[in-house]
Amino acid sequence: MSKINEFTKGFLKENPVLVLLIGMCPALATTTSALNGIGMGLATTFVLTCSNIVISLLSGVIPDKVRIPAFIVVIASFVTIVDLIMQAFVPTLYNTLGIFIPLIVVNCIVLARAEAFASKNGVFASFLDGAGMGLGFTTSLGVLGIIRELLGNGAIFGHKIIQGDGILVFILAPGAFIVLGYIIAIVNKIKKTQEA
Amino acid sequence: MHILNPNDSERRLNMAKIESTLKNMVLSLTLITIGASAALGFVYEITKKPIEVTSMKNKLEAIKAVVPSFDNTPGSEMFILPTDDGDSLEIYPAKVGDEIVAYAVKAGTQKGFSGFIGIMVGFKPDGTIINTSVLEHKETPGLGSKITDPGFREQFNGKNPENFSLKVKKDGGQVDAITAATISSRAFCDAIERAYNTLKKGGLI
Repeated sequence: MSKINEFTKGFLKENPVLVLLIGMCPALATTTSALNGIGMGLATTFVLTCSNIVISLLSGVIPDKVRIPAFIVVIASFVTIVDLIMQAFVPTLYNTLGIFIPLIVVNCIVLARAEAFASKNGVFASFLDGAGMGLGFTTSLGVLGIIRELLGNGAIFGHKIIQGDGILVFILAPGAFIVLGYIIAIVNKIKKTQEA
Repeated sequence: MHILNPNDSERRLNMAKIESTLKNMVLSLTLITIGASAALGFVYEITKKPIEVTSMKNKLEAIKAVVPSFDNTPGSEMFILPTDDGDSLEIYPAKVGDEIVAYAVKAGTQKGFSGFIGIMVGFKPDGTIINTSVLEHKETPGLGSKITDPGFREQFNGKNPENFSLKVKKDGGQVDAITAATISSRAFCDAIERAYNTLKKGGLI
């Protein structure tokens, strides 16, 4: 697999949310608006990229039997760093995303990439993998957020474009599942046509 | 798909790894946690100041939003009044010259849909609500989070809780609740009521 593939596979071929179906909890919970979804995606991308780099650097000195605790320590440290930095420099985003940030620690995408990729590949490949997977995650969350905000609130990025209250269900949890289902169906269709 | 790739385990075996002896495990985990602690301590130190500044700034901005213009520094003249239920609230007096023109009260309630809601309410010395501002909340985005919308909050402005029932219409009061967010609306009313009752009990209005 060439280097560029490590980066692009996260967008469609191995998109964590839409194809691998991991990291569902933040994908469904934070995408009530486009901005929240993208903010959560970017925070995860940062953690994923940094933890991938550090874990691939450390992989030689971590004995196999304690690799999971070691990965979690690295991941949790980066999550706390993101949490503090957001609180200090982007307080408005922190106000809406604050409660979801600690959840990145248990986001299985981060641990899955550490275990399945970063611990067995070089630093540069791990960086590309983290960035690609993270941005693929961000894109899916952004698309989910845009659709849900548009249908549920009649707005895009907080700008009201349709008057009225919108369809309430799309802001609530069931709406997240409905939108996600349709997006997955479309992605599957695209993949099938590509393969054919 | 990498997670399910059967070759992965073989690749791991081929790579040079240090053995999982007790000494190695303890040593590597200790070193990793020390490194992590150092990094966290460093980030904590550089973000401590901005975080304090932001929270101070938010408070001051909230005070400015809920009281008319003043020429003192409410932040340094803050005092604390006890509530009915053993808690206490921060009161910021706004003065022009020596005359008190308003009180900004930092109040909160645990009755929100997702826990704590913190607000700042401005009262005239006669008890009339001037304006409100939400400091913190964890309400559902798009539903309960609408307590921050001026459209909801403005219905309280200019009302005196003396003759304005701080309850949603569903409960027999005079407040228009947010559609599908009655609990958040109730909690918001509750926070204002706590602020009002505390001022009243303290003999300030």
